[in-house]
Amino acid sequence: MIAEAGLAALWLAASLALLQLALAAIGLRAQRNADELLVAVRPVAIVQGALAVVAMLLLIVLFQQSDMSVKLVATNSHSAKPWLYKVAGAWGNHEGSMLLWVTILGLAGAAVARFERQLEPRTLAATLGAQGLIALGFYAFLLFSSNPFERLSPAPRDGQGLNPILQDPGLAFHPPTLYAGYVGLSVAFSFAVGALVTRDVGRAFARAMRPWVLGAWVFLTLGITAGSYWAYYELGWGGWWFWDPVENASLMPWLAATALLHSVTVLATRDGLRAWTVMLAVVAFSMSMIGTFLVRSGILTSVHAFAVDPERGAFILALLLLYIGGALALFALRVGTVREGTTFELVSREGGLVANNLLLSVILGIVLIGTLYPIVAAAFGVQLSVGPPFFNKAAGPIALVLVVVMAAGPLLRWRRDKAGEVVERLTWPIAAAVFAFAALVAFATPIGVLPLLGLSLAVGLAVASVAPLWKRDLRRTPLFTWGMVVAHLGLAVSLAGMACDSAFTAERLVALRAGEATRVGPWRVSFAGLSPVIGDNWSGLQARLTAERDGRTRLLFPQSRTFADPPTVTSESAIATVLDGQLYTVLGAADGQGRWQLRLWWKPFVTLIWLGGTLVALGGALSLVGRLRPRRREAWT
Amino acid sequence: MTAKNQRLTLVLLALGAVVAAALLALSALRDQAAFFYAPSDVKRDGLPLGRAVRLGGMVEAGSVRRAADGVTVRFVVTDGKATTPVVFAGIVPDLFRERSGVVAEGSFRADGGFVASNLLAKHDEKYMPPELARTADGTMHETSTLDR
Repeated sequence: MIAEAGLAALWLAASLALLQLALAAIGLRAQRNADELLVAVRPVAIVQGALAVVAMLLLIVLFQQSDMSVKLVATNSHSAKPWLYKVAGAWGNHEGSMLLWVTILGLAGAAVARFERQLEPRTLAATLGAQGLIALGFYAFLLFSSNPFERLSPAPRDGQGLNPILQDPGLAFHPPTLYAGYVGLSVAFSFAVGALVTRDVGRAFARAMRPWVLGAWVFLTLGITAGSYWAYYELGWGGWWFWDPVENASLMPWLAATALLHSVTVLATRDGLRAWTVMLAVVAFSMSMIGTFLVRSGILTSVHAFAVDPERGAFILALLLLYIGGALALFALRVGTVREGTTFELVSREGGLVANNLLLSVILGIVLIGTLYPIVAAAFGVQLSVGPPFFNKAAGPIALVLVVVMAAGPLLRWRRDKAGEVVERLTWPIAAAVFAFAALVAFATPIGVLPLLGLSLAVGLAVASVAPLWKRDLRRTPLFTWGMVVAHLGLAVSLAGMACDSAFTAERLVALRAGEATRVGPWRVSFAGLSPVIGDNWSGLQARLTAERDGRTRLLFPQSRTFADPPTVTSESAIATVLDGQLYTVLGAADGQGRWQLRLWWKPFVTLIWLGGTLVALGGALSLVGRLRPRRREAWT
Repeated sequence: MTAKNQRLTLVLLALGAVVAAALLALSALRDQAAFFYAPSDVKRDGLPLGRAVRLGGMVEAGSVRRAADGVTVRFVVTDGKATTPVVFAGIVPDLFRERSGVVAEGSFRADGGFVASNLLAKHDEKYMPPELARTADGTMHETSTLDR
């Protein structure tokens, strides 16, 4: 019954999405009663969102009950699985994750319908219509090629289980966070389409869109940061970013959203960059769609690619072409009606933000080409892969130039500024960067050029990012200024962590007998032996390691786990976090002569990477609150 | 500068940026893309020296040897037509085993051997790298014909 109810909720939601689109389309053309039609779009969007939530909840209930007569539960769950993974397992598969996608999409549409009060009613209706069209495509995808509620007859006695790599608390947070980011960009896209339809591209549109871009960006930042840490400790390879196509699929929307976030500020405050901002909104959502396509079509092989089914890939590709092609066509038709915004000098805050946007676009282009190249090559029968050497070499230097722009940007005045005065304001950041550079060259062991520049620039950026607070009354400083300061500082912190990791990491690969010891960095690690260990649905071995440094000791227990359903061996790294870095240990295999392989890393300041990422997200959240608050006050008066 | 001129300048800048990105990316790709080789490709096309590549095939039965240091592994990769000896220092993936598929990332030595910096085996019982799926199928097919 529950599965049928879920399916019914999906069909109802789909028809409401269609109604939402139709009401908006007819209302915008109607001569009479237009207002009544347009007003009706709002409640429809809210009910549509509610129905999607109902469908998702019902699917979670099915997983919770381990109802093996539902095909999705039978192929992806197991009755012996811990509670948390039964809930999160609902989206740890292709159909469930697409349902989560439309659920968040429906929720976002409902939120726009319920809370948006600034936008002109016609533009809002057009926005909701566009949102309905996007939702409709995904409902069709679910109902016609990825039905999560399909029954299985006869029902098997138990399920096939969830991929053990996914059995981690990260599964509960990482996908919903990233999807919230993707979907937030779909709202920005709908705003852009709505504004183009009603020829209303201006400051009000930018102000309405900005919180959504900010929110999406915060979620993407959190999702990427969490995903990076998850990969770091779960894979046991000691790396935090692999330039894997799936990682790039989340990075590309983030790059576009970062550019959009900055250009929408120019539009909202200075009424400039109108057409460019609309274009970026289209690009940002295109990147979300490309990300979804890459990950969900099965064109890539990874832990994220649940289904290898050409029909599904073709369906998502068709949706992608429809939405992006349609939006670009609309843009081409209507860009002439977008009036030019106000002008500005080259050396100005606007100029800095344009430089930011151009550099981000270049990085985005490089990542996109590097990600798609192997797929295109495969179509021509050439097998190749594009990895870290390409991305680091091509995107790294540009990212460093972007850091320089980032340091200078917030210290520029709007409209017009003098280059000489800007350099003067940058005295301390430049001094800090030069000092860091000199100290590294003089005292540290020789390190690569990119880490050296990265670390120096990170120091300069950290100083520059707090400079806007200099000589200001901190209690009167607006929250969105704090947000910018914290976000930019967070990026400096993260960059410093990345540079330290690639410059100073010490690695040791050994085979030890029980009782033997080895050294890595400042640590002396001794291997006391192995002991068996049992988990909820796995059994395994764990090594007992004692790490010693300056008289203080830490215990670590890296494990090797064997899962029964499906049969898989995974290794669980053990990490000791101290103030100045992490000791990372992995247990390997026995060498057949009584020794066990151990892989050890000492990674100084590596934690700064994720601390910085969290700060960046926090900065975005502060800005979001700062931007939403004054509006609420207006509503009260 | 009038608004129209400024817009034109911005459009040109944006176009320039996109073209620059494309050129930069394509030139870097020519040097940095790692091509996929099977042992018989090397026999036919010669050694791709001095660049990172991927080598894929099956781990030949009985070929895995561990060095005295306990962490270096030597094995032979075969695609049924030719073989390549591989040396790897590190922890082998959980699903690395003889007669099973493997993709090695690394580079060739002048003597025809392969130094792997990373090994990719099947993700789990269900998934495997697409290159691997292709060679593995081919190999299995050929072995079965030989068996007959």
